[in-house]
Amino acid sequence: MNVDFYEKVWMWVAGVIIAVFLAMIAVSAAAYGIRPPSRIEMIDPAAVMADPRFAQQGVTRLPDGRVQATMVVGMFFWLPAEIHVPAGTPVTFRVTSIDVTHGFEIAKTNVNTMVVPGYVSQLTYTFDTPGEYLIVCNEYCGTGHHTMGGKVIVEARP
Amino acid sequence: MNRADRLATANIGVAVGASTVAAMMAVMQALSRANLDLPFRSASMYYLSVTAHGVLMALVFTTFFIMGMGYVVATRALGQPLPWIGFAWGSFWVAAAGTLMTALTILAGKASVLYTFYPPLQAHPAFYIGATLLVVGSWGWCAVMIRAHLLWRKANPGALTPLPMVGMLATVIVWLLATPGVAAEMLFQLIPWSLGLVPTVDPVLARMLFWWFGHPLVYFWLLPAYVAWYTILPREAGGKLFSDPLARVVFVMFILLSTPVGLHHQFMDPGIDVKWKAFHAFNTMWILYPSFITAFTVIASLEVAGRMRGGVGTFGWIRKLPWSNPLVSSVVCAMLLFAVGGFGGAINASFGMNAMVHNTSWVPGHFHTTVGSATALTFMGLAYWMVPALVGRQLELRPMARVQPWLWFIGMLCFSIPTHITGLLGMPRRVYDPSYAGDATAASWRWLTDLSAIGGLLLFASAMFFALVMLFTVTAGKKMEQPPLEFAEPLEPPGPRAAILDRLGLWTVVAALLVIVAYGYPIWSHLQMHTYGSPGYSPF
Repeated sequence: MNVDFYEKVWMWVAGVIIAVFLAMIAVSAAAYGIRPPSRIEMIDPAAVMADPRFAQQGVTRLPDGRVQATMVVGMFFWLPAEIHVPAGTPVTFRVTSIDVTHGFEIAKTNVNTMVVPGYVSQLTYTFDTPGEYLIVCNEYCGTGHHTMGGKVIVEARP
Repeated sequence: MNRADRLATANIGVAVGASTVAAMMAVMQALSRANLDLPFRSASMYYLSVTAHGVLMALVFTTFFIMGMGYVVATRALGQPLPWIGFAWGSFWVAAAGTLMTALTILAGKASVLYTFYPPLQAHPAFYIGATLLVVGSWGWCAVMIRAHLLWRKANPGALTPLPMVGMLATVIVWLLATPGVAAEMLFQLIPWSLGLVPTVDPVLARMLFWWFGHPLVYFWLLPAYVAWYTILPREAGGKLFSDPLARVVFVMFILLSTPVGLHHQFMDPGIDVKWKAFHAFNTMWILYPSFITAFTVIASLEVAGRMRGGVGTFGWIRKLPWSNPLVSSVVCAMLLFAVGGFGGAINASFGMNAMVHNTSWVPGHFHTTVGSATALTFMGLAYWMVPALVGRQLELRPMARVQPWLWFIGMLCFSIPTHITGLLGMPRRVYDPSYAGDATAASWRWLTDLSAIGGLLLFASAMFFALVMLFTVTAGKKMEQPPLEFAEPLEPPGPRAAILDRLGLWTVVAALLVIVAYGYPIWSHLQMHTYGSPGYSPF
């Protein structure tokens, strides 16, 4: 099989480009913990409101000082629709759905996860800049999909 | 016009009809996202039209066009009549009946579940049954293609399969590796559930089965375009294929790597082990490799053509290419747009960066430069090349055919680049009205969605030009003898060592083992978990 010299060079270059991409992914995942939210935790979607894990929605400070935001989503609302969290503190979001699949996204951040009924989605994010952030549903869930806006108010620490 | 050509024409006819209807749906969506208050604008109409556009473009237009093209390649490249032609017609009618069933269910408003049809959104059973019949019909096409190749092998012992047929067989193999996923989702989950035979389904399992099919689907769309880039473009441009054996390497790599990658669509899903997501991310990155090779070989082939036509200097050959040939301009525009799509795809597949773009409008921005350009624009170019030869009529409205690819190119840039950017600014995909009650972030998307709408109008004009050219060619084109359809010669013949690349059965077995590794364990371990099913919802 005769391969042209320049094409051989290009094939090596392409291989190196992909290897560099993979190395960047591996380093960011291993050293900085940048990896997709992959919580494996089940919940009965018909009994979310009665489940102790989700009966109380909203922002709580856990005994060890961490901040947790517990949210329930359904057609076509977020519960609660507005949350207040402190800047510069890791916030752990725990979200589950009572009906169809929704998508929990906070615009202009890396907070993004599918919310699939029967499963608990969990991810942690630190807001560095105080201000108002827009929550959107990013998975089509029915005729009211585009009305599912919510707000995160990030407050400067006193 | 013999029976095989009539069959190919019928397939391409369904494809062009579906894409024309889908284009009308598309322009309405682009205008809706720009918040233009049109008389027919309503949320339920919008989501119905997104469903119709996705199903008719991504599943119907592509599948029928590819089947028609497959029959053209199997008769022209192998130089033999099509086997099992009655069976092939039967398969066509099964697929066409399924398409009609699904399309009517969508248009009746009973299936606004989008083309990904994720449960627990539940459509009318006719939607799922129709889509399944489309896939069953396409399996008939696969059988005919494989049969044609086996007959050719018997008649030509020891000879290497002609390259265009290798590409079409790679398409067939990818489809046969991919479709068991969606078939299982339909037969074991969605059809019994929509009929009320089972009360609930597990939505994460359904998503895994869907994406087992959903990602190789994009290579099912792309490989026939690569057949055109490698084996038709160089000849139409007046040159030769730069490297035949590397084209064979590329097709084999796609057979191996197209399927064990689907979990990269589910990076953001709960309930799936992060290690398996990482494995699929690794595989996905390597599938960039054959496209890198393709970029070199196809551009080198164009340079060969430009120089054979008298082009000189570093870039002088570009001017000498036959730009008035609509196949050449379509394919070159398609390749340029695909470069954008390729880099965007690498970002989507990046394990970490995906969170930035997942389910934002970045994603439709991305795939309109891949399936909506690399595939769709190449297919339009192929239609200009094939249809006149199939129906024995000259191409009509030539000036329109010459303008159409450039209009698509400009329209797509104008649509796709702002759509990528709004995604980075957080705008979700598939929203009827992205204003979020006057939110400031949402307001910052506004001028970009206006630009996208202008792009949508240009694309719509281009799609209508294409439909008109096809309509006038078939009905009013000047009659002529059916000209031959010929493929590019390589600069050098592939040589004896390429024989290993022609052992497509062997590569298929290796690919099937990879699919078993990549999906067997995740699905098996998922079935061991204690999960809760979901009843159906139809909020549309």
